[in-house]
Amino acid sequence: MVIKKKIEVKNLCIGYNNKQIIENLNLDIFQNEVLAIIGPANSGKTSLLRSLNRMTDFNAEVKVTGQILLDGENIYDDEDSTFLRRRVGMVSPLPVGLPMTIKENVTYAPRMAGCKDEKELDHIMEDCLKKAALWDEVKDRLNGLATKLSGGQQQRLTIARALSHHPEVLCLDEFSIAIDPVTTMKIEAVLHELKKDMTIVMVTNVINQAKRLGDRTAMMLHGNILDIDTNERIFGGHTQDKRTKDYIEGLFG
Amino acid sequence: METKVAEASPLTMEWRKKKSTKPVSEKILEGLIKAGGYSSIILISAILFFICKEAFPFLLNAFDFKNFFFSTNWNPASVNNVSYGILALIVGTLCVTFISMLIAVPLGLATAFYISEFCSPRLRETYKILIEFLAAIPSVVWGFVAIMMINPLIIKTFNVPIGLNILNASIILALMSLPLIVSVGEDALRAVPDTYREAAEAMGATRWEVATRVLLPAAKNGLLAAALLGVGRALGETMAVLMATGHSIQIPKSVFDPARTLTATIAAELGESPKGGEHYQSLFAIGLVLFIISLIVNVTADHLIRGRKK
Amino acid sequence: MFKPSNHLLKKEIRENNLRGALSLMTFFLFLPALIIMFWLFIKGFPVLSIDFLIQDPIRGMTAGGIFPTIVGTFWLVIISVIVSCPLGVLAALYLSEYAKDGKRTRIIRLAILNLAGVPSIVHALFGLGAFVLFLHMGTSILAASFTLAVMNLPVIITSTLESLKAVPHSFREASWNVGASKLQTIRHIVLPNSFPGILTGLVFAVGRSAGETAAILFTGVAFYLPFLPQSVFDQCMSLSMHLFTISTQVVGVPEAYPYATALVLILLILSINSISVLMRSYFRTRRKW
Repeated sequence: MVIKKKIEVKNLCIGYNNKQIIENLNLDIFQNEVLAIIGPANSGKTSLLRSLNRMTDFNAEVKVTGQILLDGENIYDDEDSTFLRRRVGMVSPLPVGLPMTIKENVTYAPRMAGCKDEKELDHIMEDCLKKAALWDEVKDRLNGLATKLSGGQQQRLTIARALSHHPEVLCLDEFSIAIDPVTTMKIEAVLHELKKDMTIVMVTNVINQAKRLGDRTAMMLHGNILDIDTNERIFGGHTQDKRTKDYIEGLFG
Repeated sequence: METKVAEASPLTMEWRKKKSTKPVSEKILEGLIKAGGYSSIILISAILFFICKEAFPFLLNAFDFKNFFFSTNWNPASVNNVSYGILALIVGTLCVTFISMLIAVPLGLATAFYISEFCSPRLRETYKILIEFLAAIPSVVWGFVAIMMINPLIIKTFNVPIGLNILNASIILALMSLPLIVSVGEDALRAVPDTYREAAEAMGATRWEVATRVLLPAAKNGLLAAALLGVGRALGETMAVLMATGHSIQIPKSVFDPARTLTATIAAELGESPKGGEHYQSLFAIGLVLFIISLIVNVTADHLIRGRKK
Repeated sequence: MFKPSNHLLKKEIRENNLRGALSLMTFFLFLPALIIMFWLFIKGFPVLSIDFLIQDPIRGMTAGGIFPTIVGTFWLVIISVIVSCPLGVLAALYLSEYAKDGKRTRIIRLAILNLAGVPSIVHALFGLGAFVLFLHMGTSILAASFTLAVMNLPVIITSTLESLKAVPHSFREASWNVGASKLQTIRHIVLPNSFPGILTGLVFAVGRSAGETAAILFTGVAFYLPFLPQSVFDQCMSLSMHLFTISTQVVGVPEAYPYATALVLILLILSINSISVLMRSYFRTRRKW
């Protein structure tokens, strides 16, 4: 099998208020892999993730230079970034149920993209809620307010919403930070399934999560990638940099 | 560009493949929003422009800086002895403003302290609503109160011939600017982080000590801004002052003397002055003076509030 | 057992005294308003009747009712809100959703603050110079309403901005995240969730402009008109102006008339404000998040 590069990050620099957060970062992300990104706080993990679907555009203080190629095309060349966000989905650390019904939440993205076919919307909703392991819990109250759901349910709703526009790449930013271990395991199982269809990039602070889910793991420090390799090598002790090993073993961070 | 649809769906997924282009209607709306954003700048400039435009002939011809600001002789309608001196009007304005602030600032700030520091949240909400109601009483009603209620009260209490005077206007202005002072002062006190209070209380300070030694210094600028905005309010008030001061252009000697303010002069004389005449233009010149004063007061208050946030 | 020392007891007594003094002071702050309301009611109530509200003033405004002034106030307020509401909401949207923090935003904020601080009589001069003369509207309802609209604008911008900021930023991010454009996010997320607050602020602005006198003094309000306005280019009477007129300019008005007029004006404004307060508490119970 030829491994296809889904995303190529070239010479990426991100500055926040004249402070460099990420400097000259290069990274390749392959199709249908799960790339876990680990590293201590303030190492630029979230900034890297947010630059992948240009959420950085919304913060005037953030300056991004360099190139990010998605299927060989620079995503920063396009003036409009809404189409990009449909291709690269994002799940934020804290669950966000939009203040509308569960159904409206999950069908929000297709509706905004111009889909008016009720049948198609219903199909997408059921499909995504099932994928996010939420369908059974909410199928009787699809017209209830999403904000009334529990935190764990809202996080799965957030994932369902992120799946609703069929992204090719799914970015997850510390998705388990606000939910209990049982739900976390449920979602992890979901991600395992999703891997077949899409490329997954996840930032996590839980080393074991990276170990469990990732095909490859990247270690970030001070705005750059210190180490990137397959999980067998990274967690097998074959790290290029000693600090990666120390971080994994909990000696710093 | 061909995009791979990740999920093989039995449905069309047409919407997913479409690359979005911003529709024209969106562009127009965003343009409107941006234009709306600048509306306040445009309006404040327009106010300055149109007042200058009307006042310009006067400033060019009859205006004499020394006479305008330092003469007490305001006699614009006279046939052979025209004089445009606004000193008496300025002094009148300052007198009523100053005395009203003597009443309103301590009372207002004390109330702000009480509402912010000593009230239960429920009581605070109630007071805030009451203050909103107080602020909603229109100035013409205050003027009416000045004439019908405070006027006879002053005559009786102090045994003076007229109750429409500086004292009367000051009382009314104090009552009118209190809501503003209380709410801005309360905001300033609320803006002091609770950790300050907790830290002081943990060390055994009483509420009074917390208020004077912690909150007062921390909220100093905001409280000053509250007072200043009160001043701005009092300086610019028109109808109530017009009705309460009694009409007499003179340098007042006591609080029982009637006076005339800058605002009241415009309101009283603009209707009678022929449009485009010198008298008419001179009233716009007074308007310009008022505009500049209010600009200074507001910019200073904003500066104080912003300084606190840094 | 811990027994407070004399020193501490003294402190506590002083603290209680302070609390008492302050609460008394606050009470006195509202006392005048209460007395005024009571007194307007006592003096004005006898003349207050349906006839007073629906009849024209007669005999040089010394008898009859106040109907045309209510009609005039209604027109002025409605048109001014129609003008200032869209503009104010657009301006607030710009500040909250589009403007980047910087010099430009700071100037806009300063402009809003100053617009709110300009004395109302200066607004009247502006309305006279700009709308009545420059734009050839003449002294008309339209010119007066526009002047009121300019006065209301900062109030509406500030209250709208507050409601927009109350919508959590995470909602916007979630919406952008799934490919909704900025304008779609405003339309589907920001506005629906801030609508109650915007409406409440709007009602508050209506109450404020209903009592305004100085700003409409020379721009469109007449002392007395024997007919109702036929179009927005006519002059009109207003409740606030009428109170000013019959309490200072006209001789021979029976004492109860201005009282009743003041009572109607203040009841009108207080009820508008009450609507705004009730709306706020109603919407608070129905918040979706």
